[in-house]
Amino acid sequence: MADSQNILSMTGITKSFPGVVALENVDFTLKRGEVHALIGENGAGKSTLIKVLTGVEHPDKGTIELDGKFVQVRSPQHSQEIGISTVYQEINLCTNISVAENIMLGFEPYNFGGIDWKKMNALASEAMKRLDVDIDVTQSLGNFSVAIQQMVAIVRSLEVASPKILILDEPTSSLDVNETAQLFGVIRKLKGEGIGIVFITHFLDQVYEITDQITVLRNGKLVGTYNTSSLPRVELIGKMLGRSLTELDEVSKAKQKSEQKKDKEILVEAKGLGLTGSIEPIDFELHVSEVVGLAGLLGSGRTEIANLIFGIDTPDKGSLTIRGKKISHFSPLASLENGIALCPEDRKAEGIVGDLTIRENIILALQARYGWFKFIGTQQQYEIAEKYIKLLGIATPSPDQLVKNLSGGNQQKVILARWLATDPQVLILDEPTRGIDVGAKAEIQKLVLQLAEDGKSIIFISSELEEVLRTSHRIVVMRDHKKAAEYSGDVDDHTIIQTMAGII
Amino acid sequence: MKNNIPLFKRIRENRLFWPLVALALIFIFNAIFSPGFFKLGILDGHLFGNLVDVFNNAAPLMLISLGMTLVIATGGVDLSVGAVIAISAGMGAVLINPVFGNEQITNAVAADPTLTNTPLWLVVVVTLAAGTLCGLWNGMLVSRGKISPMVATLILMVAGRGIAQLIERGQIMTVYYTPYFWFGNGFILGLPVSIYIVAIVYVLAWVLVRKTSIGLFIESVGLNSKSTYYSGISEKNIKLFAYTFCGFCGAVAGLILGSYIHAIDANNIGLNYELDAIFAVVIGGTLMSGGRFSLLASVVGALIIWTFTITMYIFGVPANALLAGRAVLVLVVILLYSDYARLLLNRIVERKGPRHDSTN
Repeated sequence: MADSQNILSMTGITKSFPGVVALENVDFTLKRGEVHALIGENGAGKSTLIKVLTGVEHPDKGTIELDGKFVQVRSPQHSQEIGISTVYQEINLCTNISVAENIMLGFEPYNFGGIDWKKMNALASEAMKRLDVDIDVTQSLGNFSVAIQQMVAIVRSLEVASPKILILDEPTSSLDVNETAQLFGVIRKLKGEGIGIVFITHFLDQVYEITDQITVLRNGKLVGTYNTSSLPRVELIGKMLGRSLTELDEVSKAKQKSEQKKDKEILVEAKGLGLTGSIEPIDFELHVSEVVGLAGLLGSGRTEIANLIFGIDTPDKGSLTIRGKKISHFSPLASLENGIALCPEDRKAEGIVGDLTIRENIILALQARYGWFKFIGTQQQYEIAEKYIKLLGIATPSPDQLVKNLSGGNQQKVILARWLATDPQVLILDEPTRGIDVGAKAEIQKLVLQLAEDGKSIIFISSELEEVLRTSHRIVVMRDHKKAAEYSGDVDDHTIIQTMAGII
Repeated sequence: MKNNIPLFKRIRENRLFWPLVALALIFIFNAIFSPGFFKLGILDGHLFGNLVDVFNNAAPLMLISLGMTLVIATGGVDLSVGAVIAISAGMGAVLINPVFGNEQITNAVAADPTLTNTPLWLVVVVTLAAGTLCGLWNGMLVSRGKISPMVATLILMVAGRGIAQLIERGQIMTVYYTPYFWFGNGFILGLPVSIYIVAIVYVLAWVLVRKTSIGLFIESVGLNSKSTYYSGISEKNIKLFAYTFCGFCGAVAGLILGSYIHAIDANNIGLNYELDAIFAVVIGGTLMSGGRFSLLASVVGALIIWTFTITMYIFGVPANALLAGRAVLVLVVILLYSDYARLLLNRIVERKGPRHDSTN
């Protein structure tokens, strides 16, 4: 009986690449009108499973049954033809043409040899309304928020082929709370129409909010499929990691330990530091061996502070003093010489150089400090790289691996290694755990506290409040490009949320 | 890890593999259809033959390809190198004249071709300085002026030949000064001087980029200039260096070309060298978007272009069809370098052997 409800069943899927078994005997079933979360750490096999389903990769073993018929998915186009649509994290649409054109591209209605614009706009508008989204479809797509763009992508995949299965790969990673709610509305609507939805995400909150079933993968193997309502969060994390939450406990222990060593000496002092149009003047202090968390909503001015202190931007108000020395020249190189380091928010665009090796990425800042002519020899480069690969536990077969081939967490560690190699006094970490899985997150948090214990001072910026609370000795809350309040580390999250929202 | 990769695959993925294959193909073609191609003889103690001609003719292009490699590796391009050749060679020619800018120079010097009022070392220094300054100008526009490289160097590409004409007072300036001819026509130990000059500049460039951190910084800037800047590296100075060095290479090429031809025609000397150099760099496997580069592969690229050209001369291809022939070469190379061609080749090669990557 249950079988007739199954829209998709993948059985015994095995796929190996040279050197790794990406999927081993994995089963996955999806019912009509079900939202099914696919969960696992980076490298667990989620994306390989999706690639097999969408025809990008072909399984070595195993069968795919779609609507009771065995199918072989030959290519992404073929997968669309048989009713499997995918909306990727990075939206594959053109922002410079209208919403209607994006939706109807390649399927435009014609009259008298030309495109029937009126009909096209009407069709597109109707299609958007089907998801309760009422927007002007003649506007260019770039004018709309990422959430709307996401929905346009979904609408397009619904229009192009009427899919039985919709795969959403990290659809909410760049959406804020309201936009996510809007997207969830759409998902519920599609669910009501009987479409099976595969939902991939790192946000566990959302898993509990929207999904009916959870399938957990770990190291290419199926851990199990569970009813969302009957699987407590702690158990879910345990299943993803394959171990208990002791690691997270260790973080808080490490914090207590580092707190005892807290020093009073002021390392960084900003007085009325500000930049017109970017951030209002703020006062800010950072002590030796201290972790200061910067909390605030997206666009509240967190990153702007980081960029001012690191010298990406030059302030036009106030002063910045480091170890009693007033800073007059602002640039990354000057900061490097003053012992300040920044792990930037946008890891791919501002952090890693993906096509260089791990070794080259790690020595980059140290070499910048040495200058053009004091070249670090290859032998020494390997020594430095291997030291930090071991110290930070970067998972790689060799220091000659290209950084773009590493997982997000390991890329973050490479950037961290790059700066640690220069032996900085102050580390500014802007969203160091964004987009990386739970295990690696805990590892990085622990690392942060360990560094503080070793005498480094850290500015920790994160949009995950719980993480800021767990790691910081002191918390500065930002709101509307201003410092809203400052709390000691034992404040509760409720107070901070109210400060962020402007209630206190 | 390294040792897991089969030897042939490692060779195939080496940057020099494709350029060398292309060069070998042209050589094989010559070996079959024109066996005389490889013949070397000794005349007056100097080596001569087609191979020597290839090297001698390719010398200026090899030099410019060195500079162009660095510029392209930063993600830029230098369209002005041809004009830089004209300016620097023009500066040299003007200085050799007994009186600066004297319009009767030709008559005055014809009497004694070993005399000039300017010492040779000054001629060389000024020639090199002129080109290097041109490069510095390009570098300033790109790095400080934030003008896109193609537009910035287009300015000097257009203006440069005008400047060269001003320097030479609008004349085709003939040079009568035998010591100056040595750079383009002389021999050391039986080999053309130009080969030695290329070798010296190559070693200089190699030491500059591989024995200092400049090479790494250039690649890093070309791959992700923002990340590079965030790491405390002055990406502006790196770009400035690349363009300046490219100007220097243009100047050395100008010295050889002017000396070889014995005359400097501001409108024609070094014409289309920028395009040939870009092509040589592309053959060498450096991406136009910047990043990883190989100086040696670019030099081989320049050799391919000239071996091909000389081969066509030998086969009596008329001069007006020569450009069409080169266009075919460009087309074939670009097709061979496409991802699809590589995929095909990988399939052909890997189908033969047993699969190594069995499960577990």
